[in-house]
Amino acid sequence: MTMQTQAEARIWEALREVPDPEIPVLSVVDLGIVRHASMDGDGAVRIGVSPTYSGCPATEVIRASVGQALREAGFERVEVSDVLSPPWTSDWITEEGRRKLREYGIAPPAQSVSSPKRLLRSELSIACPRCGSRETTRVSEFGSTPCKALYRCTSCLEPFDHFKCH
Amino acid sequence: MSTARLGLDAPAQAHCKYVLRLADANLILAQRLGEWVGRAPALEEDLGLANIALDLLGQARLLLAYAGELEGAGRDEDALAFLREHRDFLNPTLVEQPNGDFGRTIVRQFLVDAWRLELYERLMKSSDERLAAIAAKAVKETRYHLRYSSNWLIRLGDGTQESHERVQTSLNILWPYTAELFAADELDSQMTSLGVAPDLEDVRQAWSAAVDDVLREATLMRPADRPYKWFGKRGEHSEHLGRLLAEMQYMQRTYPGAQW
Repeated sequence: MTMQTQAEARIWEALREVPDPEIPVLSVVDLGIVRHASMDGDGAVRIGVSPTYSGCPATEVIRASVGQALREAGFERVEVSDVLSPPWTSDWITEEGRRKLREYGIAPPAQSVSSPKRLLRSELSIACPRCGSRETTRVSEFGSTPCKALYRCTSCLEPFDHFKCH
Repeated sequence: MSTARLGLDAPAQAHCKYVLRLADANLILAQRLGEWVGRAPALEEDLGLANIALDLLGQARLLLAYAGELEGAGRDEDALAFLREHRDFLNPTLVEQPNGDFGRTIVRQFLVDAWRLELYERLMKSSDERLAAIAAKAVKETRYHLRYSSNWLIRLGDGTQESHERVQTSLNILWPYTAELFAADELDSQMTSLGVAPDLEDVRQAWSAAVDDVLREATLMRPADRPYKWFGKRGEHSEHLGRLLAEMQYMQRTYPGAQW
């Protein structure tokens, strides 16, 4: 391994410890928002991060905590920039991230929203993260944060959050 | 508009103004929706309207920051939002109309969401790559805004006699303001010819068809088009914008540079 690839492995390791401030079980890597991470020849680290939802207040906190985590990991010069295009999609949440969401009690987003017309008016069947039943109803399209909708399971009767497809 | 004094050449100035038009449409509507926080008819709608406002505000920030860069006068998103005068705001008159009852807010939201979806889907192909990137992000959010407002419009229109009458009245009152969205002025035509903006007639036709579909399901009558005089996008606003700005800008104007 070259110095640079070693450093990049350490960068990713540090990034895996940076939590999403709204859903702390997820790291920014699980969320799929880190678009590139590299170190150039003179030791400057460049990280590209995509916002999830335009209005998500966590975006600025995430940028600051990414910079802080890398400085704590020993990288002195860290530059965190926004990557707008292509836009982030909930499809980029990793398998690991989906598992963590489920265990945390949040139904992960259904995958691959290929047809926007279908998404426009349809209601997807969402599995309850507690009992796995698909007998669930949407209580509210909007929930406690921009990324979540509120559901209720009609089998186990528990309410739960669903991480929306985006 | 103060960009005129900055010595930008005409196309650059028009480009900056075009981005401001988009930004202000979002910003002013977000401010209006924010007025519902804590007083919507149900908790779910309180959250819904606040979430939509937040998305619109997030998109407005991206657009305002970009407009500030195009202008090149050192104004950032905050300076553009909080320190511009009433006549320098370039939002369409429709979005500054008062909230009225919940039904009135839903009618306004539906008309705007349907417009924004068609507009932003086309802006994704803009020759301006930055605008195309912002649009690609915005479209995803606009889709579920439109789903929310369409579902409510159908429920209210095809609901009780009272709810039907109220939303039909709101539709009749707000409808004339939609004309401005599709009336291309010189600036729009210039942006269209540069490939920055889509053809507004194309946007109008798609919007019209989408609106008709939902109105039919909501058992609402599409009002006839009427002559109109509003041109908020040129800074010629209704009486309502001044009061909205007085509230929105109060803090920064009283305590310039205040942070918390």
